[in-house]
Amino acid sequence: MSLTATHNPMVPPASAPREIAVSCRGVTKTYGAGSSAVRALRGVDLEIRSGELLMLVGPSGCGKTSLISVIAGVLDRDGGECRVFGQDFAAMRSAERTSFRGKNIGFVFQAFNLIPTLSIAENVSVPLLINGWTMSKAVQAAREVLGHVGLGDRWQDTPTRLSGGQQQRVAIARALVHHPRLIVCDEPTSALDHATGERVMELLRESAVGAGKSLVVVTHDSRIFKFADRVASMDDGQIIRIEDKSQGH
Amino acid sequence: MFLVAIKMLFGDRARFLGIVMGVTLACFVIAQQGAIFIGIMARTTALITDTGYPDIWVMDPKVQYIDDIKPLQETELYRVRGVEGVEWAGRFYKGMIRARMENGTFQNCNLIGIEDATLIGGPPRMLEGAISDLRRADAVIVDHVGAKERLSRSGPGGSRVPLEVGDTLELNDRRGIVVGISENTRTFQSQPMIYTTYTRALSFAPKERKTLSFILVGARPGENPKQLCERITQQTGLAAYTRDQFRWVTIDYYLKNTGIPINFGIAVTLGFLVGTVITGFMFYNFTLDNLRYLGTLKAMGAGDTRLMYMVLTQALVVGLIGFGIGVGLASFVGFQTRNSTLAFVMPWQLLVGAGAAVIIICMLSAVLSMIKVLFLEPAIVFKG
Repeated sequence: MSLTATHNPMVPPASAPREIAVSCRGVTKTYGAGSSAVRALRGVDLEIRSGELLMLVGPSGCGKTSLISVIAGVLDRDGGECRVFGQDFAAMRSAERTSFRGKNIGFVFQAFNLIPTLSIAENVSVPLLINGWTMSKAVQAAREVLGHVGLGDRWQDTPTRLSGGQQQRVAIARALVHHPRLIVCDEPTSALDHATGERVMELLRESAVGAGKSLVVVTHDSRIFKFADRVASMDDGQIIRIEDKSQGH
Repeated sequence: MFLVAIKMLFGDRARFLGIVMGVTLACFVIAQQGAIFIGIMARTTALITDTGYPDIWVMDPKVQYIDDIKPLQETELYRVRGVEGVEWAGRFYKGMIRARMENGTFQNCNLIGIEDATLIGGPPRMLEGAISDLRRADAVIVDHVGAKERLSRSGPGGSRVPLEVGDTLELNDRRGIVVGISENTRTFQSQPMIYTTYTRALSFAPKERKTLSFILVGARPGENPKQLCERITQQTGLAAYTRDQFRWVTIDYYLKNTGIPINFGIAVTLGFLVGTVITGFMFYNFTLDNLRYLGTLKAMGAGDTRLMYMVLTQALVVGLIGFGIGVGLASFVGFQTRNSTLAFVMPWQLLVGAGAAVIIICMLSAVLSMIKVLFLEPAIVFKG
């Protein structure tokens, strides 16, 4: 196992800002039971700083998706501790956890998961509607964010009329519209060609990373590693290496 | 989120139409079969409904329904008249008689004999002639359906010529002259109604020792009809019912002693079950198709209650649309067949019943989907 950093790789370097967005200690997750049990996470330690873009990479089945699911509060861990902005999902009731996600976490999915029967403005406005906005105000805010991702003139179209890259930009707009502090992206470029993937990552980097905002990206695509501040490599349910790439930005 | 739920529903047109069709089918069958059932039940009490003037019907205690005639002695009339609170009481004959047609065939008819002096108990509406014309010799009044159909004569080219005022009928070897055409509610057996005076009815009818079918009673102003019924029964030993009570006694008989409710009950139940299965299956599939999006909403912060509300909204919207179309279709069928022999009555209570059935169908359909959504792991959104 080679570690590129000289300090403990699971902890941000000393030069990094002190504010920690996500803190995982010894997180475990097992699917199934008995002889068919699969240990997806085997004691993961990881910290994500506020204002950084962290990429989780590794082979299929190494536990990347399980880890971001635990971090995003959509999957219960079996053991260890995981705090997001100081809050432990395990200590929350289901409704509190759902509400916390709605206010603090944005999602970008591999398959976009845009609702095909809604216009793109309505799709983007969904997180606001969930947070109690009225449809008209939410759509207005959504149109502004769509303008920011270069789709301001397509707000009335349905997702099926957009290209893959455009759909992913809509998904990014949806993840951004309610100003979450953490955005979780699952393979955001895997369904896109290289050039489109680069543009999507530029957009994510530009829009979703900044003061008080963090971005976690699960990816197989080594061509987009350059956008990361740190790249955490996983294998067999553990983080085996973290590379600090922040010097390049 | 209401609009999101609605747009998700309307956006999948094929599935949406399928679900609506399921609800429509169920609602149509329930409303249409229910209306026919109520129509038939209404026909069993047609004579009671049409005989609007008396407050109370008095009869032999063994009578079970309007066509179950157990004649009384004429003297019973005077005993009833003697009960405190009775304003007036009149004789009423109801029996079957065979009318001989011009081609030699016979037609069974309902013969109604009404009080000679007051003519109380006559038909509800006159289309031609007047009830007072019954005072003329051999006079009878025939209902318009009977006159047009079963009592009509053969005309040129095989056409049917309706019985008209001035025509004669041969009733049990006696002559009856048609002096009026009345408009009656169709009866259960759909036989022609022939009205005449009580005395003349006895001359038409086969001879019997007792002839008084019913005594029609009017209560004194301010008298409670139900209390008067109890008093009549107490003092005379006869059965006395208000018009409404007698209707329900008759309906109750048909419900308990005929296969009508079972037959219609099976049809309505099948409609309900088939509608539930179709709607439930289609709605569940619709939810499964949208599970990824519901999971996405759940991951993004939509709680279980909100998702339940969305599913419930979708179910109620398809229910409302299906109910509207189903009831509309049933009403259209009823309207189109209004002049046929089809018994069809659609009171508001039936609409409420059909609506309740639709709500149950939608709820049952939604429950499966809601369970699926309730146990939906939001982590599903990260699975390819």
